[in-house]
Amino acid sequence: MAKKTLNIVESAYRAVMEEQDDTILWLLAAMQGAGAEHTVVLRGNAVNYAVASQGVPGLTIGKWKQTQAPKMDRDVLDLIEKRKIPVYVIAEDLADRGIERSELVPGVQLLSRMELPGLFTEFALVTHW
Amino acid sequence: MSKKTLTIALMDPPYESENLTTAFRILDIAARRGYDINVFAYEGASGLAFVRQMPHPNPVHGKDVAEENHPTTKDQVAALLAAAEQNGGKVDWVNCGMCVDERGVNEFVPGTRRGSPADFHAFAEASDNVLVIPTK
Repeated sequence: MAKKTLNIVESAYRAVMEEQDDTILWLLAAMQGAGAEHTVVLRGNAVNYAVASQGVPGLTIGKWKQTQAPKMDRDVLDLIEKRKIPVYVIAEDLADRGIERSELVPGVQLLSRMELPGLFTEFALVTHW
Repeated sequence: MSKKTLTIALMDPPYESENLTTAFRILDIAARRGYDINVFAYEGASGLAFVRQMPHPNPVHGKDVAEENHPTTKDQVAALLAAAEQNGGKVDWVNCGMCVDERGVNEFVPGTRRGSPADFHAFAEASDNVLVIPTK
């Protein structure tokens, strides 16, 4: 049985245009497919990943055009629905940024900063990205 | 309006930050305006024009190489050079020589060249403006 791992993701939008996804969410999805058992907590600027209907046009340089620009809300939904990875969002970090619960993709769970340390006890490994 | 010359110094390596996306957006506009552009690709940025970069499939996305259409910075550099030429400008893209040696990335997109800090100094002296986008 795989070690249960809690992944606190704080780094946000780093290289997502070049990679066409978030490198950490991608890594966790790939590892889950290899038998890992991950849970994700989005905190800090990364809470914005859970906001529905986001996106950006692909990069264009002269005649070169990016056709598969990243969509972070799609990737968060993929974690929840396809990979069965629970995704929590820190409620205070949402509030700090003026983001309402109603703006998030379905399936994300709110967690307070005070509740986060208690969650640690449920996991064999805790990582902070 | 007289023709402008812009110098940009880059430090971030490809596939590691959003700084390069911002830089390429600026460079694209400058090329469309026909500016003469100098780029000093320093440290990690010396890998931007490395010609052996390859797009890859993405099994997490469920896409093959063609469907994923993964961007490579070498293609972006080549597109920049072409866009500048098409609009009457030119790009002098210098890859820091010691930086490419230590990284083993000394095969460049055609039209870019090996250089040194002396090139950056010369660029700065001859430019209307200089933008440095450092690694943080």
